Amino acid sequence: MDTIQKRILEEVADLHEVPEGAYNIRANGQSAGRRSTANIEITPKPEGNGIDVRIKPGTKRESVHIPVVLSESGLKETVYNDFYIGEDSDVVIVAGCGIHNCGSQDSQHDGIHRFFVGKNARVRYVEKHYGEGDGTGKRLLNPGTEVYMEENSVAEMEMVQIRGVDSTERVTTAELAAGAKLIVKERLMTHGSQTAVSLYKVNLNGAGANADVVSRSVARDDSYQKFDACISGNAPCHGHTECDSIIMDHGRILAVPSLEANHVDAELIHEAAIGKIAGEQLIKLMTLGLTEAEAEEQIINGFLR
Amino acid sequence: MLELRNIRFDVDDDAGHVDILKDVSFSIAKNRFVVITGPNGGGKSTIAKIIAGVRMPSGGQILFNGQDITALNITERARLGISYALQQPVRFKGIQVIDLLRIASGKDLTPAACCDYLARVGLCARDYINREINASLSGGELKRIEIATVLARGSLLSVFDEPEAGIDLWSFQSLIRVFEDMRATIKDSSILVISHQERILEIADEIIVVADGRIREMGPRKEILPHLIGTPEAVTSCEKIQERG
Repeated sequence: MDTIQKRILEEVADLHEVPEGAYNIRANGQSAGRRSTANIEITPKPEGNGIDVRIKPGTKRESVHIPVVLSESGLKETVYNDFYIGEDSDVVIVAGCGIHNCGSQDSQHDGIHRFFVGKNARVRYVEKHYGEGDGTGKRLLNPGTEVYMEENSVAEMEMVQIRGVDSTERVTTAELAAGAKLIVKERLMTHGSQTAVSLYKVNLNGAGANADVVSRSVARDDSYQKFDACISGNAPCHGHTECDSIIMDHGRILAVPSLEANHVDAELIHEAAIGKIAGEQLIKLMTLGLTEAEAEEQIINGFLR
Repeated sequence: MLELRNIRFDVDDDAGHVDILKDVSFSIAKNRFVVITGPNGGGKSTIAKIIAGVRMPSGGQILFNGQDITALNITERARLGISYALQQPVRFKGIQVIDLLRIASGKDLTPAACCDYLARVGLCARDYINREINASLSGGELKRIEIATVLARGSLLSVFDEPEAGIDLWSFQSLIRVFEDMRATIKDSSILVISHQERILEIADEIIVVADGRIREMGPRKEILPHLIGTPEAVTSCEKIQERG
């Protein structure tokens, strides 16, 4: 890999070297490295457009890294990655996509991830998106995430897109069986004339299923965001969705949290708040010696933590 | 150290023209503990805000160590050595106690150093250092963290607007210890406190009584305090609790 690719890899996956454990690195549509371990098997799909990751039942404290790097202008790809997470396992999956586009053509990566989380399994999924490059070509990322959770499984998903992606449409769907628990933490910042759409559809199908979908976002400059999260309670269950946004400059945000109760014991809550940075927060940090711009940066960094 | 000359502050709002400060002049020398008291709505908090630069005066002049700071903004005054603890502490989302203490001190404080500041306001660092400064903290906790940030700054002039408000009476004595400690450790520093509390007035070197946008009287504690005892300008805390504390 060249230095640009290495730097992007660092941005999206905090990787400086080859990671510990299992990994698959995809660079400009090609495999740039792959390793399976005794418990985690990574195999390419026969069509060459993605991978299958199989994690053996009972695998504990192991990780999988699957970063993607695009540094060629004009490259468009759709990748299908499937994760089979065995029963009683406890693993971390780190994904992420970085685009460096200094050309005039659009670069686009659409990653479709499907998670099959076995009974009592626990998975933590971290996904970071990043774009850079001063070309006129756009940097487009459209991730699709499908999560199928069996009884008493737990999935924690952290999805972060802080800068450089011109347009993103993210669709996340989840089906939860009895006792399953899904925690989603989304962090999003848009600037320039970027647009970001994030849709969630979570079905709580079994007794005791629990979902907590929390999005925090900042829309600066002339950017536009839409957050649309629907939780359906089809059994005695708990669901909570929250969208909390800071709006700046000429940014625009549409928040559409929605709830659907199809069972009398479904307990569902949604919260949404949009507002600019409170003047008193800026004042407080300025009395500690920060300039207004530094204060703003601290407030946003904290908010998107 | 600090001098206010003929400070005026007026606003035009729905109610028409309001003179909040009419003509306020006073000075604070170094190594002084000064308390401003007076009836609610008399302009005390506005004076604190004008010193910190949160409000710009409509007229008059402010000098700090001989320098005219009237036109300086909040940041510039903070960097010169003025600290300000707000009456209503601000809540943040995501910013933790350790972050605020680091910003305040301007240093990458270790957790142990943060612990020292928090202990002085009666908070155990282990429980608080990584807490977010959000609605999960009580008014009293926020107030103490606010005071800890001023401690971490170690400024020449520290202005506290009703530091005792919302703090339970148990910690009253600790609050007074905090002031004494600051005076002992920061060379030549002065403290300005806005308060009605008799126990805070009792440790003042000087007292300024502000009413109706003007200074009604000011001078050494011995002269002023006897006029205030038994009035709303010098309220006592509950005696039963005081005895226990």
